[in-house]
Amino acid sequence: MIEIKNISLRLGDTQILEDVSLTMPKGGLTALVGPNGAGKSSLLSLIARLQPLQSGSISVDGLPVDTTPSRRLAKTLAILRQDPAVASRLKVRELVGFGRFPHQRGRIDDNDLRLIEAALQQFGLTDLADRFLDHLSGGQRQRAMVAMAFCQGTDYMLLDEPLNNLDMLFARQLMRDLRAAADKDKRTVIVVLHDINHAAVYADRIVAMKAGRIVADGAPAEVLQPDVLAQVFGYDMDVIDVGGAPLVLHHR
Amino acid sequence: MAAAVPNAQLVVATSLVGLFALSLCIGVDDLSLDRIATGAGALELLLVSRLPRTVAVVLTGAGLAIAGLVLQILVRNRFVEPITTGTGQSAALGVLAVTLLFPTASIGAKTLAASATALAGTSIFLGIAHRLPPTQPFLIPLFGLVYGGVIGAAVTFIAWQTDLLQYVDVWTNGEFSGVLRGRYELLWITAVMVALAWWVADRLTIAAMGREVSVGLGLNYQRIVQFGLVMVAVISSLAVVVVGMIPFVGLVVPNLVSRLMGDNLKSALPWVAVTGATLLLACDIIGRLIRYPYEIPVGTVLGVVGSGLFLWILFGRAQRA
Repeated sequence: MIEIKNISLRLGDTQILEDVSLTMPKGGLTALVGPNGAGKSSLLSLIARLQPLQSGSISVDGLPVDTTPSRRLAKTLAILRQDPAVASRLKVRELVGFGRFPHQRGRIDDNDLRLIEAALQQFGLTDLADRFLDHLSGGQRQRAMVAMAFCQGTDYMLLDEPLNNLDMLFARQLMRDLRAAADKDKRTVIVVLHDINHAAVYADRIVAMKAGRIVADGAPAEVLQPDVLAQVFGYDMDVIDVGGAPLVLHHR
Repeated sequence: MAAAVPNAQLVVATSLVGLFALSLCIGVDDLSLDRIATGAGALELLLVSRLPRTVAVVLTGAGLAIAGLVLQILVRNRFVEPITTGTGQSAALGVLAVTLLFPTASIGAKTLAASATALAGTSIFLGIAHRLPPTQPFLIPLFGLVYGGVIGAAVTFIAWQTDLLQYVDVWTNGEFSGVLRGRYELLWITAVMVALAWWVADRLTIAAMGREVSVGLGLNYQRIVQFGLVMVAVISSLAVVVVGMIPFVGLVVPNLVSRLMGDNLKSALPWVAVTGATLLLACDIIGRLIRYPYEIPVGTVLGVVGSGLFLWILFGRAQRA
């Protein structure tokens, strides 16, 4: 379970997050949605101890993120940032292999090798495994980063806009993989999404943020209502029902 | 490409062995195998002068290449090296201060002082470099040049005021002609540093991916940065105190190896060290041969060879992109 209690974040003169409290039970797929600058990425990076807490508290599986040793947390929680900007000339297999670092500190055993190959296969990277990252397209590189996060094998996975740069085929595939990770492997997945219709189909729960606060929280059918969406995104959009799932016509 | 890597490794490794043997044979006094066999002082010459000099070159070359690699990781910029970003100049400032305050200080004490000032100087550079906008990658090397230039100017000014300019020249212009048995052994600490760097190779590889990836993988980023700073400061200071500043090794060698083998340091780091040793040894031999029996300082030779290699790296990059 992830417990977020009364956190606020201020950078310079800007209030990024204001008194956010949120509880996410173990398991399931939660989507964070909201306009640019709503504080979604900041919330994710605070949960993943990438920046220091200013006020309030966050714990993951009972481990307070500000005092638990980083290495211990790395076995419980994996984070993929929006733009990791990895400039290293690593081969795809090497990069994915570093996902095992928290467990092995560099000594890769047979079990790790199996997990690495499985992650490569899952993300369609087997043929690219011996290519250098700087020889890949943006989408292929993104898949390699996601594969590394998967390979970390943690109970909790935080992904910040993982669909960036992915074509439709791989975007759908990644959402299905995340769904499977939640269903089959009982992993807890929290993902920042801009495509609200992906959230509608694959998420168990949608948390909508705006201006540093949580403004809606619930099952997709509850959150994806015209009045809620207008409040969050600032314009009116129609929502229709397709096969029992809401489809937001946000582009018209 | 796949076949090119083992070939390059073979070439570098055999070159190092060949150059090592060659370096033992080159010098004003004749040194042939039968002279060694018949005694006649040849063995003495080998052990007192030729071997120490060659070993010193190898240790310094390997160390400078590793120091450059580590600094590039800490700064997250491939166009820096300790000599162009104030580390070398800070070390010189430290030696100068000790020479002024304690003229009888041992070479070990001088190295210690140089390491301390180099550590401070490099930490300040790193602190400022991390505040520069990441969208302007060439700002960091430019800032480094200015920063190093300012410290270097301070060193020159103090030395001028105190009549120590000749000493400063010894620390800033690297050359190995003065290396004899008993005067270079501190350089073995460089070997320890290189071994330590290899020991933490995985951590350095992760650190190179940036702070956020590092923290996400449970790496203590702060600690590896501190560790790296100490490594850069100690290696650079040893070089400055024992042989003087040598440019370009730390800049071009990590780039060359990265181009050929990538940045997975578990496999690439030993080759950074070996290539650095080979490059410096080749340049030292060139400097000894070009106007034999006189010598050209290795730093001067590297200025020519290194800038050529650097231009090649730059234009090679442009072609690939």
